Amino acid sequence: MRIEVLKPGAQTQAQDLGRYGYQSLGVPVCGVMDEWSHRLANLLAGNARDEATLEIVLTGPTLRFEAATRIAICGADLSPRLDGRPLRPDRATDVPAGAVLEFGPCVAGLRAYLAVHGGFDLPLLMGSRSTYVRGGFGGLEGRALRKGDVLRAPDLAPPPPARGPRSHPLLPSSLPRDEPGAPAWLRAMPGEHWDLFDAETQAEFAHAVYRISPQSDRMGYRLEGPPLRRQEPGELVSEAMNFGTVQVPTDGQPIVLMAERHGTGGYPKIAHVISVDLPRLAQLAPQQTLRFEIVTLEAAQTLYLQREQALATLRDALL
Amino acid sequence: MSERWRIDAVGDRCLLVGLGTEVDPATSARVHALVQRLREQPIEGVRDVVPAFTTVALHYRPECFVSPLPSGKRTAPRGGPAVLGSGPANDLAGPTPFERLRELLLERLAEPLEGVADSGRVVEVPVCYGTAEPDYGPDLADVAARCGLAPEAVVERHLASPHRVYMLGFAPGFPFIGGLDEGLEMPRRANPRTHIPPGSVAIARRQTCIYPLDTPGGWNLIGRTPLRLFDPAAEPPCLLAPGDAIRFVAITPADYRALLAERERAAP
Repeated sequence: MRIEVLKPGAQTQAQDLGRYGYQSLGVPVCGVMDEWSHRLANLLAGNARDEATLEIVLTGPTLRFEAATRIAICGADLSPRLDGRPLRPDRATDVPAGAVLEFGPCVAGLRAYLAVHGGFDLPLLMGSRSTYVRGGFGGLEGRALRKGDVLRAPDLAPPPPARGPRSHPLLPSSLPRDEPGAPAWLRAMPGEHWDLFDAETQAEFAHAVYRISPQSDRMGYRLEGPPLRRQEPGELVSEAMNFGTVQVPTDGQPIVLMAERHGTGGYPKIAHVISVDLPRLAQLAPQQTLRFEIVTLEAAQTLYLQREQALATLRDALL
Repeated sequence: MSERWRIDAVGDRCLLVGLGTEVDPATSARVHALVQRLREQPIEGVRDVVPAFTTVALHYRPECFVSPLPSGKRTAPRGGPAVLGSGPANDLAGPTPFERLRELLLERLAEPLEGVADSGRVVEVPVCYGTAEPDYGPDLADVAARCGLAPEAVVERHLASPHRVYMLGFAPGFPFIGGLDEGLEMPRRANPRTHIPPGSVAIARRQTCIYPLDTPGGWNLIGRTPLRLFDPAAEPPCLLAPGDAIRFVAITPADYRALLAERERAAP
């Protein structure tokens, strides 16, 4: 069935969990910025596999569904309405044939994820449906949605009535819950080059409040705050970086690498934002502030495994 | 021969093996020997193996490196509340996923890494150097002046250098090619360009690179190749691979245009 793009939104792209296996060729992983909301949306829409969702930033698209289906929208609250009726976030919604989905003002967060039952029908390229705009491939023709585009989703028998809990008290949203105006807390573990910075600089990093620069995008979040100086500046040999890596270029203003990062780089890695906190970071917009709390690798991996168990529990309940 | 390495965590889902500190053919050989070994003896749960100059990164899924508890038993994870619901019970009190992966990796490092310095492939790369068509190599004259050589001599030395691909990175299909003649060593440009035409062949330090896409960049442009280095729909998508020997071949502007036209006819 066809899903017609009546309005494209600001920067609406198809993304899945990313294109792993090709970083050795210089191909960035890409994928969603907020993995939690994306996975939640897929599960609520009844998708057992990792299907592509639409990553919707701030200004949402207007879409017309040709046939009945089920959708779910998670992450940012961008005031979604179906045929004029407001939709509650983090729920499965049954969509009648011909219905129009629109978005309104952003109430909370930055990125919303729209999943459709059966997944968007997009070509698998190097094992992924993620859009890579800079490379011009993946997703829908390697670009963000445009007016007049037609997305397709499989024609499925009408999905069974949504089962399982309609609300999920055990599922924390990725939206930051900090006091309005207060800096968001993000947990980070020391990076491989932590010791290239002296104790004073390490303490500065752990206590300073950083502001997210307007020059932030899917590739990286540039932070503005007290510069982090190295004792002995110099070039390092390029090596692996990852989603969440906090690198420190020569000007001392850290950059948190996000979904569309390069796989390797030569700036020192002072820290890594832990995986379970990346969805909250992805929901922060430029000009918002944050600070880091240093935790151990052990703590980061325990939190990671707990999150996987919570998702497995939800999967059991929904699918 | 004693094997030395360092193993680090690049965050909570990537492990890095360092096999040396110098960018040289011997270290590169060990890097690619480890990649080869991990291809032959894969570790389930590792979803990407990424070689660089001196390191190999293993991107992994931590949930694949836990032992399920005997059925019915459940423990609270360290430092956290008991997990709600009926998900699969995993032994969160055991070694961390990083420690488990490290053990599996050490088993694979037990045998010495026999250096396979090359992939066995020699790839010819036709280049129209800036001597023939300055627009294709806008920095060639500057490079020549800084090396105290004639532009033709720079080209000769570039053609004669024993080039080998160390790694791909920075952009899809972007090769870092080692082996550049010592006499051509130079830093990157002080002011990087915001746009570099695809196919540009450039040098910096003791390396050559080829820009596959229009990207920003700071290397010194000395020529241009009509070859397509990256095609997302092809398998493999990259023309070059780590370990390939590269033989640059000088071509005329007419050859360049003819090869480019041929390529565009084949894949419009």
